[in-house]
Amino acid sequence: MSDRPGSGADALWAAGSPGLGAPEGTEWETVIGLEVHAELLTRTKLFSSSPNAFGGEPNTHIDPVCLGLPGTLPVLNRHAVELAVRVGLALGAEVRPSIFARKNYFYPDMPKDYQISQYDRPINVGGRLELPSGKVVRIERAHLEEDTGKTTHMGGAGRIDGAAYSLVDYNRAGVPLLEIVSRPDMRSAAEAREFVAELRATLVAVGASDGKMEEGSLRVDANVSVRPAGVSRLGTRCEIKNVNSLRSLGRALEHEARRQIELLTSGEAVAQQTRHWDEDEGRTTALRSKEEATDYRYFPEPDLVPLAPEGAWVEQIRAELPLLPRQRRRRLADATDEAPARVSLIVERGQDDLALEAVEAGAPAAAVLKHLEQNLAGGTGALTAAGLAELLAMEESAELTSNQVKDVLADMARTGQAPAAVARRLGFEAVGAGELAVLVDRMIAEHPEEWRRLCSGEGRERKKMQGFFTGQVMRATKGQADGRRVAALLAERAGS
Amino acid sequence: MAERISRDEVAHVARLARLRLSEEELERFTLQLGDVLNHAADVAALDLEGVAATSHPYAVGNVLREDVPGGGLDRSEVLAQAPETEAGQFRVPPVRGEAP
Amino acid sequence: MTSAGPAAAIAAAVRRGERSAVEAVEESLAAIAAGEELGAFNTVTAESALQRAHRIDRAVAAGEDPGCLAGVPVAVKDNICTRGVPTTCSSRILEGWRPPYDATVIRRLNAAGGIVVGKTNMDEFAMGSSTENSAFGPTRNPCDPARVPGGSSGGSAAAVAAGMSPLALGSDTGGSIRQPAALCGVVGMKPTYGRVSRYGLVAFASSLDQIGPIAATVADAALLYSAVAGHDPLDSTSIPEEVGDLSDALAGEAAGLRVGIVAELSGEDIDGDVSARVTAAAQSLASAGAEVGEVSVPAAVFGLSAYFLIAPAEASSNLARYDGVRYGLRVPAATAADMNAATRTAGFGAEVKRRIMLGTFALSAGYYDAYYGKAQKVRTLVLEDFAAAYERFDVLIAPTSPTVAFGFGERTADPLAMYLSDVCTVASNLAGHPAVSVPFGSGAGGLPVGVQVMAPALGEAAMFRAAAALERAMADRRRAGSASP
Ligand SMILES: [Mg+2]
Ligand SMILES: [Zn+2]
Repeated sequence: MSDRPGSGADALWAAGSPGLGAPEGTEWETVIGLEVHAELLTRTKLFSSSPNAFGGEPNTHIDPVCLGLPGTLPVLNRHAVELAVRVGLALGAEVRPSIFARKNYFYPDMPKDYQISQYDRPINVGGRLELPSGKVVRIERAHLEEDTGKTTHMGGAGRIDGAAYSLVDYNRAGVPLLEIVSRPDMRSAAEAREFVAELRATLVAVGASDGKMEEGSLRVDANVSVRPAGVSRLGTRCEIKNVNSLRSLGRALEHEARRQIELLTSGEAVAQQTRHWDEDEGRTTALRSKEEATDYRYFPEPDLVPLAPEGAWVEQIRAELPLLPRQRRRRLADATDEAPARVSLIVERGQDDLALEAVEAGAPAAAVLKHLEQNLAGGTGALTAAGLAELLAMEESAELTSNQVKDVLADMARTGQAPAAVARRLGFEAVGAGELAVLVDRMIAEHPEEWRRLCSGEGRERKKMQGFFTGQVMRATKGQADGRRVAALLAERAGS
Repeated sequence: MAERISRDEVAHVARLARLRLSEEELERFTLQLGDVLNHAADVAALDLEGVAATSHPYAVGNVLREDVPGGGLDRSEVLAQAPETEAGQFRVPPVRGEAP
Repeated sequence: MTSAGPAAAIAAAVRRGERSAVEAVEESLAAIAAGEELGAFNTVTAESALQRAHRIDRAVAAGEDPGCLAGVPVAVKDNICTRGVPTTCSSRILEGWRPPYDATVIRRLNAAGGIVVGKTNMDEFAMGSSTENSAFGPTRNPCDPARVPGGSSGGSAAAVAAGMSPLALGSDTGGSIRQPAALCGVVGMKPTYGRVSRYGLVAFASSLDQIGPIAATVADAALLYSAVAGHDPLDSTSIPEEVGDLSDALAGEAAGLRVGIVAELSGEDIDGDVSARVTAAAQSLASAGAEVGEVSVPAAVFGLSAYFLIAPAEASSNLARYDGVRYGLRVPAATAADMNAATRTAGFGAEVKRRIMLGTFALSAGYYDAYYGKAQKVRTLVLEDFAAAYERFDVLIAPTSPTVAFGFGERTADPLAMYLSDVCTVASNLAGHPAVSVPFGSGAGGLPVGVQVMAPALGEAAMFRAAAALERAMADRRRAGSASP
């Protein structure tokens, strides 16, 4: 984000300085930018042909290149490039001619002691991600790079400090990563979570990632700063690492924003740092400060040649892109006259195709959405759109009560049978209209006092008596009567 | 001529490169690197505005490999070359600090 | 037509069944043993060489053709990976390391029937011009054991010069094949960047390194070059174009060849005895019908400064992996970072450390633009200057080394003086162009002088044509009894 000429508030707000201590009652705004590393779903590594596979015995998915053995050379994986382009296009980025660079630093899990990444000329530049809430987060870049191996710290309770020694497994070394960097456009932990959820859905939709945060195939680093509301200049930021779930992301961000606000409120400065989220302790701790910052000595990777995906290839990839979550929300919203945010859960669950088909088959949209949302949280199983439409028609014509519909739905999801058959099997004989009228009249005759109170009653009293009679009818029919129809009959008999 | 590299910079560069220098080496390397950098002064002084950089002498592009597995290594052969191993992994002294 | 060299003669005889590969290898091993004091080899692979020779002889007996290098002993620079055979780069840090794979050139060599007889000594990680920077002791020049063989492929050049093997592979980052070939009186050739796969060549400076042949004759050099060159999918910088047949070129027809003498490489930086040989070479070519003229290639000289920024910069990154974790030397220490530093401090020699530091500095924050960035732009100027020269000339000639072989220790105290040994050769590496050094008589002390022939990218045919013409002219002179000036 660029510094705009300061407003009055800006002049008082010197980023990073302890300042005078913020005045009592200052409203704070949190500013969040995210860096997401997604392991790409290729069969082999980014620059060599050993398998890209999670788990496995240590050091069994290795080859001379990913081990960085002397004399070995990288050769770029075509499919990794294709997946990067898919993501770029899905984010509306510009797919550009790019080059690889070496990022130099020593670490035991990095076989060459440099990481091949993209630096000043990444493959995807710009773009945006529209969240279900309607919020738009701009994307800075999405570039290709190789993953490192894994270091396990032994002794000292597995913590990095105090470990007796470390073990290194290079199975993950060289796995292709796409690093997606957002602009600092998010203003709350909730927005950050929403961004990651939407990005994950997008990556999964295009087949680029399995989206598993727990397995580390999606890793999130967050840049957080705070500033008084209304100020345009950014505060000093901290980078938070080691968040392994959406939940920890939310917790870490909330904690970090609070920590920074407390510092500033008490007149202290925020130091630019990398901080580690400790899930058990529920806090972030400093890793290193700016003074120790590494000099990565980036330079163009001489072992690789420039990458410029041909226009025809990019267009083919574009043509083959599946519908993205945002497009699917829009499509379902249009078909159901709802707001995109209202249908996001159904799209998230991947139930939107079924919903659309059911609506297409004539089912009322509101009922379709309601049942999917409330009664099919566990998945639609063997349920078909035609079956759902048929069932909703039965509900509409009061052949089944809403309780019965629920049971039938669950059964259909399990068995895939037609609703009529399921209802019959479950003994849900519909109570016919004539039969119901006879029953209502009998109940009126059997409870004259209650009937009088219903007829003469107002408001609550009348409601209460309606409930009484409906209950009687339900008991007599073992709950198989349609409540709405009973209410209509009572109203008719009461002459109102 | 102003010195092109200071003793402190040599020490800093040695740290970045994970090399330890004795006082004597630090002294000597500062002079020697200074000599070479002085010789390179003609490059540093050139006005190369508008000249493109060449990082590859022979222009090829888009060299891609099909995503087909193959060519793995046997773990025991690799670990046999390692200074120290444990449980199928490379063993190293404790790592202080996470990767940057 | 130049006569077939000793390597071609062995291959021809073995293929016809007139001579056994075992005999050729035994002869080579005997010569290696006899010349042990030269320090040309780090490892001699006698056993596997003999086994392979037996296999080749059996194949010939069975009516099969083992290939164009059938039974030819080849010495391989110790920075080219050989599966199961130590590959040390003449460094303590890689002492004892046995690569689990073969370099592409080794696979091609084997496929052509060539036989690796050993790994040759070199300047540590190919950094040097005298083979004095070897952790295992220097190589001596067979022409005068009190002098250096040049470097960094000093062991390979010495092996061929001493008749230990008719062929050798070297690597050339700034002249490391051509300069030792010149100092030892043999032919050494650096191909166009990308012509020969770098897969399995332990990297010094990735954008400059090329593997190439060292041989007694131009034709033998071309034979080995042809056997190992060609596209390799394991090297992204490998050139897809066909290598092509060189037999016409090797006829050495000088008539019609346009030869430019590089003006900047004939001045005061070059010893008089060496300059005189280049002039003589130009005259020979002219009298053989070539069109000879002088041409200015300014960047050929100031390319040296760019070279001494680019090569160390890439090296500083390429050599980071020697950290004591996965292979090679480890010096124990309390933390991983201390272990890295202790290992590297003990494992690298002074010249390697110097270049790692220089390169680290050239890439570091605040200096990148002034040093590495500018050097990469100078490279563009080098290409432009060469392109202009090649509009008028097919090949360029120049000295390979500004001096004949020098004595041990003469330049080790002053790194800059050593770096200046490369002044005639680095430009071809910066440009990625092919170049070859051909022995052309002798200079001071009767020591060999090499004349360098340079050509544009993929211009190997023109380069070999001029080289063969020079070789033939030299043979004619020798026959006429006028080898020395
Ligand atoms: Mg990052
Ligand atoms: Zn990254």
